[in-house]
Amino acid sequence: MGNGIRKFMKSQLVIPLLSLLLLVIFNLIRDVGFFSISITTNNQGHRVLSGNLISIFNGASAIAIISIGMTLITSCCKGQDISVAALAAIAGSVFVSVLRSHEITIPVIILAFVFSCLVSVLFSLFNGVLVAVFKIQPMIATLILFSAGRSIAYWINGGATPTVSSPLLASIGGFIPGIPIPTPIIIMVIFLVLISLVLKLTNLGLYTQVVGINERTAHLNGINPVLMKLTAFIISGVCVAMAGCITVCRIGLINHETLLLDAEMDVILAVAIGGTSLGGGRFSLFGSVIGAYIIQALTVTLYAMKVPSAAVKAYKAVVIILIVMINSPVVKDFFIKLYRKLFKKQVETKISIKAS
Amino acid sequence: MQDNVVLSMRNISKSFPGVRALQNVDFTLRKGEIHALMGENGAGKSTLIKVLTGVYPKDSGRIFLDLNGGLKEINVRSPHEAQTLGISTVYQEITLCPNLTVAENMFIGRGNYRLVNWRTMKKRATEILEKFNIPARATQQLDTCSIAEQQIVAIARAVDMDCKVLILDEPTSSLDEQEVEKLFSLMRDLKSRGVGIIFVTHFLEQMYEISDTVTVLRNGELVGEYEVKNLPRVELISKMMGKDLDDISAIRKRKLPDEKADTSPVYEAVGLSSTNSPNAFDFKISKGEVNGFTGLLGSGRSESVRAIFAADKITGGKVKINGKEVKIRKPKDAMMQGVGYLPEDRKRDGIVEDLSVRENIILALQSMKGFFRPFSKAEAEAFADKYIKLLGIKTASMDTPIKSLSGGNQQKAILARWLLTNPQYLILDEPTRGIDVGTKVEIQKLILKLAEEGVSVTFISSEIEEMLRTCSRLIVMRDRKMVGELKGEAMTQDNIIHMIAGEAEQIG
Repeated sequence: MGNGIRKFMKSQLVIPLLSLLLLVIFNLIRDVGFFSISITTNNQGHRVLSGNLISIFNGASAIAIISIGMTLITSCCKGQDISVAALAAIAGSVFVSVLRSHEITIPVIILAFVFSCLVSVLFSLFNGVLVAVFKIQPMIATLILFSAGRSIAYWINGGATPTVSSPLLASIGGFIPGIPIPTPIIIMVIFLVLISLVLKLTNLGLYTQVVGINERTAHLNGINPVLMKLTAFIISGVCVAMAGCITVCRIGLINHETLLLDAEMDVILAVAIGGTSLGGGRFSLFGSVIGAYIIQALTVTLYAMKVPSAAVKAYKAVVIILIVMINSPVVKDFFIKLYRKLFKKQVETKISIKAS
Repeated sequence: MQDNVVLSMRNISKSFPGVRALQNVDFTLRKGEIHALMGENGAGKSTLIKVLTGVYPKDSGRIFLDLNGGLKEINVRSPHEAQTLGISTVYQEITLCPNLTVAENMFIGRGNYRLVNWRTMKKRATEILEKFNIPARATQQLDTCSIAEQQIVAIARAVDMDCKVLILDEPTSSLDEQEVEKLFSLMRDLKSRGVGIIFVTHFLEQMYEISDTVTVLRNGELVGEYEVKNLPRVELISKMMGKDLDDISAIRKRKLPDEKADTSPVYEAVGLSSTNSPNAFDFKISKGEVNGFTGLLGSGRSESVRAIFAADKITGGKVKINGKEVKIRKPKDAMMQGVGYLPEDRKRDGIVEDLSVRENIILALQSMKGFFRPFSKAEAEAFADKYIKLLGIKTASMDTPIKSLSGGNQQKAILARWLLTNPQYLILDEPTRGIDVGTKVEIQKLILKLAEEGVSVTFISSEIEEMLRTCSRLIVMRDRKMVGELKGEAMTQDNIIHMIAGEAEQIG
């Protein structure tokens, strides 16, 4: 048991899980009913689950999905892709433009999604080539698409912000009739299962980390660093397309200016809170997902506390500083030393008791 | 003599986890002396310098410095403190700011933090530049100067800070001949002003040209201090690389494997060259043979074996494995042919520091097996467990990050990585560098055991004794060329050293 705890303390997930726990406790103290889930009838007449917990999980889906791709990029390229939100706008625009040229049926939705995936992966590969082949710093390389992305999205639909409405789309962005859980949560769970399978059945995790920690060693052991970096960008492209499409389905229109605006910063934050060093190396995909939920939980908590929406960001910043500080090696070392001191004293007292 | 001493280090010892970097080393520097510090990799040159300049605290020993006419013990705790005491260092990589002007570089971070008087600064800088005859302007941005000029500006900066002791750590490694000449004339000038200069280098010719005295270190121990003009090159090399010339009786001769003309070599290269080893070379090794590449640092020994493993970009040549022509263009190709390579620089090219011992051990085999076929956790654990026991790797657990292991144990883990791939040809570049003596012997034994089992091994070491003990054939390299091959009776320290010195006739 003691060993298990020690192992857990050393794992990367310790800070994100503890932060989440603290948020939960804080909310419970503030309002016992904060996490209660009730069954309500929504405006389509379906009986669905609702409550803060559901809106946290639902609202964080897009960020959580993108954070998986971002984690891989961070780990092996030692930097972040800041164009993800702009790319999501492109993916969403492609999705809508395909949908609008056809009657919306399930095959058309799948086609539109595949199309938006392809476009997103191509753009992401463009970033990838700049980073992996031309060795440009990720943040600089992706700055190009960061500034150009929303303009490209603007052209795709001829400058308009078209709406798409269909019960099918509503069930992707909202609820499938008969299932009380929001579909984005279900998609997120399926995606997580898929990713864990990929990690289990391939060497994606090992290779990515080796490239991120020591590229020269990777090369000398037969791992192609360029290929691994491109792979990370491809996976990220798929993640971004998924997030973009889900968001379009949720709001029923594409607005290239506001779709997932500023989401890249939340995503990078989710990765950082999740325990992956932004300098690359060891990563934790589940940490990043938890990080995304922490950010969303924070937002929901603040809204529940009736903080004006304009001020939410400032409050968020304060809490995030705290989380990042606790995560810093300096503070960690301090606590480990403190723990050892306390623990040692116990041992000594035990010995002295025995001696006496 | 005693009056002239400006710096005296006595019984300096320094250990790092698992490594004794310095053991009871003495060093004496006199006024107006150019004192070379020589030794192979891991000999302790840079550790000694870093102890002196306060980068590392020393474990034991005393340092005395001439302070206003008398030797006083000093305790240097930081490079800044060394600076204020008059010990200046110019490192191999220039540590100035390339985007500032020459004048700014000379005065930055010095003295008190009052407002900078740009005009005085420029005037002073110009004076210094003229004094040392440096062809640069004070207002010129530093990165527009040549490397030699930058180097000289760095020295000028150091000297202008009233230094008594100037340390030049491999200052010439990136300079061409003319630039070296410029640097040397500056050094001579400083010498005539009474500055004591410590000159760390591995270029023999340059050492002979400029130095008065040389201190040789080997394996963290002091070999001795010699007057340069009375020290033949051959003797110097033997001091750097191994025991005295006549002390070879202790070396156990290994039986040569039966060399039948018809046994086809395990590995054979013809006209092989790479971007880092541009001179094409031929090389072959037969089954169960241990061969060595020897030569001084920078002689091309590491570059050659890197070419064999295709660690650098291959630019030409043909390779046969077991008589069959194969294409080896990248490390993966070599690995798939059963070639393993333990790199010279363990930290930079070997370990994946944040990953566990287990992940580090299985890395090569896993990469050979393929991206889509990962080992199960149980398999990986079984592999790691087997080799941790077999090689006696001291680690808290197989999940411990490899960076928290000692140097010797890290090296064993990397060895385990390659043994696990069950290679038919294993290249070990300096596997014994920077690790404790016990582990060194273990690794040598392991090499011989592998050879008995039929594995061909190429072994590189800076220590000649070690090579003689393990290798049955030695290829001698000088100036990036293979200059000879020694086997059997001819394999003596004498011969090797003469070949490396390349002037057997003149001195021998």
